[in-house]
Amino acid sequence: MINETLVELSRWQFAVTALFHFLFVPLTIGMTWILFIMEAVFVMTGREIYRDMTKFWGKLFGINFAIGVATGLTMEFEFGTNWSYYSHYVGDVFGAPLAIEGLMAFFLESTFVGMFFLGWDRLSRRQHLAGTLLMALGTNFSALWILIANGWMQNPVGSEFNYLTMRMELVSFSEIIFNPVAQVKFIHTVAGGYVAGSMFVLSISSYYLLKGRDIAFAKRSFSVAAGFGVAAIFSVILLGDESGYEVGEVQRVKLAAIEAEYHTEPAPAAFTLVGFPDDEAMETHYAIKIPYALGIIATRSLDEEVMGLSDLMKLHEPRIRNGMIAYGYLVKLRSGEETPENIAGFNRTKQDLGYGLLLKRYTENVVDATEAQIQQAVKDSIPQVAPVFWAFRMMVGSGMVMLVLFLLAFYFNARRQIEQKRWLLKAILYALPLPWVAIETGWFVAEFGRQPWAISEILPTFLATSDLAVNDVLFSLVAFIVVYAILFVIEMWLMIRFAKMGPSALHTGRYHFEQTPVVNTGLRHQSA
Amino acid sequence: MFDYETLKFLWWAIIGFLLIGFAITDGMDMGVGGLLPFVANKDVERRVVINTVGAHWDGNQVWFITAGASLFAAWPMVYGAAFSGFYFAMMLTLFCLFLRPLAFDYRSKIDSPRWRNNWDWALFVGSMVPPLVFGIAFGNLLQGVPFSFDFLMRVTYTGSFFALFNPFALLSGVVSVSMVLMHGSTWLVMRTDEQVAARSANIGGIVSLVLPVCFILAGIMIWQSIDGYVVISTLDKMGLAQPTTKTVTTVAGAWLNNFNGNPSLWLIPITAIVMSLLVTLLMRIKQKTTLTKALAFVASSLASAGVILTAGVAMFPFVMPSSSVPDHSLLMWDTVASETTLGLMFVVVSIFIPLILGYTIWCYTKMWRTVTIAEIEQNSHSAY
Repeated sequence: MINETLVELSRWQFAVTALFHFLFVPLTIGMTWILFIMEAVFVMTGREIYRDMTKFWGKLFGINFAIGVATGLTMEFEFGTNWSYYSHYVGDVFGAPLAIEGLMAFFLESTFVGMFFLGWDRLSRRQHLAGTLLMALGTNFSALWILIANGWMQNPVGSEFNYLTMRMELVSFSEIIFNPVAQVKFIHTVAGGYVAGSMFVLSISSYYLLKGRDIAFAKRSFSVAAGFGVAAIFSVILLGDESGYEVGEVQRVKLAAIEAEYHTEPAPAAFTLVGFPDDEAMETHYAIKIPYALGIIATRSLDEEVMGLSDLMKLHEPRIRNGMIAYGYLVKLRSGEETPENIAGFNRTKQDLGYGLLLKRYTENVVDATEAQIQQAVKDSIPQVAPVFWAFRMMVGSGMVMLVLFLLAFYFNARRQIEQKRWLLKAILYALPLPWVAIETGWFVAEFGRQPWAISEILPTFLATSDLAVNDVLFSLVAFIVVYAILFVIEMWLMIRFAKMGPSALHTGRYHFEQTPVVNTGLRHQSA
Repeated sequence: MFDYETLKFLWWAIIGFLLIGFAITDGMDMGVGGLLPFVANKDVERRVVINTVGAHWDGNQVWFITAGASLFAAWPMVYGAAFSGFYFAMMLTLFCLFLRPLAFDYRSKIDSPRWRNNWDWALFVGSMVPPLVFGIAFGNLLQGVPFSFDFLMRVTYTGSFFALFNPFALLSGVVSVSMVLMHGSTWLVMRTDEQVAARSANIGGIVSLVLPVCFILAGIMIWQSIDGYVVISTLDKMGLAQPTTKTVTTVAGAWLNNFNGNPSLWLIPITAIVMSLLVTLLMRIKQKTTLTKALAFVASSLASAGVILTAGVAMFPFVMPSSSVPDHSLLMWDTVASETTLGLMFVVVSIFIPLILGYTIWCYTKMWRTVTIAEIEQNSHSAY
């Protein structure tokens, strides 16, 4: 029987380790390009300040990168340690993009990150710049392959279940690569990383401008970040994830949950701005709605319906019943009764096997499920609405605030008035956490919104775990939380220390804290 | 292109290749991390040691990550069964590995002896515990581990964490650690000078003796007291991945069958032993030329490859024998991904491994120099 506590703890551990890892990855993704832009300007113009910018922001990037590498190790092995049935059930498909990620992305990124930090005196300028480009490409390839893998979890194309090996097997790799869900996810996620990188540089540069320190350095950094950030935030919003929500049943469920649309509305549906979703009553209390908006966003048309959760659940019920039949055939086939009728029967019903497996939570044999258990499984076939609903609104809200900030930053920077707009600089400084709010809630929407599935319509999450003792996972979860908290404190302490020090950390003798006392006092005076 | 049987064999070889790549590259910087507190006393000496691998440790670590991911893609059942079975051992390894990237990058950022000393020990732990655990894990694989599959191929592991620490496994752990230390010492002899190089040569001379002695002891135990596993039903090497459909039995000394069946394979363990002893010899030469230093590193690499291959060949075609239900043992013939996946991934590996080797060697060449105390003192803010 399924041990619910084990499942909960395993899910918590994955969430904690993935969300923690994902604090550092987006900044790496964005910063590599910003570093490349700065270094390219240096190589083209030969102006030293751009090399200093590359090196200083590179130092902060390095502090972040190290912890990203460390926590990434967990992700590479956690499927095996904590999700061994998942590993068996889908490893034939899911393992390939992960291995390609290692071969194509991690090697490139990790080999050239060493050149970036320590190769300044050993490589020519062009060679070093080429290395920085390869590092950036490696980082972005890594995002591509992991999101192809994740896209397959959301919308599992190009594969087929084999009852002999009892697993999903690869049929068409090109379908997996060109999975529309994976494509939009990739663009949306890397653009989110670019936003994080831009906001990071923009906020810290604002801090120097507010302090009146290293103005030339800060203004140039600000310009790069404002330009890159405007492009990035538009990509994130316009090329958002939502176009991928039309593909695949679970994506449709997720969309309905995001909107707390319990009942199908006539097209074009209204967008619920805020409200209080209630899963029991199947309605959203105190909803404030914008007419037409959802229909246009989700379907890009005025006449297509966005199906509500209750209607989606109605579609799931027959699939669960069909899944019970599929499971019955599977048992016969695996017990050696490989008659042509059983094989034909299984092939006829196997697309619903995953729905049948939802019943494993209530009855080991699936085929003997009672009517009440079937109804329970139907209820299970959608995620809890409120967490998805609110996480999505936090993500979009953060995005909108950042859009405004980036546009203002870009505008005033272009008009060379940014130093006078102290209110804007302050707002940007305090907005530093926003990309992370958006990114973490975005991850949550994508993954929690996929529940109850680990692999959409194929493998329920509760079946995917390893067969571990509850205490084993409890112990490791606590250890992760404690150790990650310590690492986080160290990382933040170093990051803040170096960010406050500014380019003086390079010890070139050209920056604020290295000036002679007279000049120093002058600058202090100016900033007061 | 290739038939399923050939692909399965090629993937056995590729996994072996990745593990050997891991031992030669990451094993080297793990050895350096393990030697750090013993070959360098002053801060500047420690920075010399760290900067010999500063630009490379991260790329090297990817051999480990890629080996793990390749297991996932090529042998998904091994990936799931081994990592969930060795749960605490894996967690211990992970937590120790966290320390390395942070130690490398954070250590020299703050000019405080306590801060730096703590990170040095973190680097030591992060570099020594993982090879110890890997050695212990291999020692357990050779003896078989208790796991079985149910009707729906869900794996259950019934062993305990503490049972992993049996005498043979601990001996394997010593083999693994001494191999890594030997390799790190030959690297430091090549890339440092004066005191640091001399101390490294001293330690290298000792561990390169410990390695063959323990390796031979382990061999004697394999021959005399450890049961090997043998498939007694006929194997369909072209067959699907159905690891529960064969019959397996244990036979004393059976891990030597492959060597006895094909005596030329004895060259592999002999290489491991002879090359370690060659390292001992070269480490003791007082006036080392560039050539002797390079030769020592090559010999150490060959010894590492020999040790890993010996274990692989001894167990072939087994990769994870089950001690509780031997029939459920995982073989490289029946634990694999589908023919489509193996074929696809073979193409990917054939394209990327040469590229990776190419740019990795380019980077090593560019960074090649003897790291001296003078250099670190000059660049104290840009070096690690």
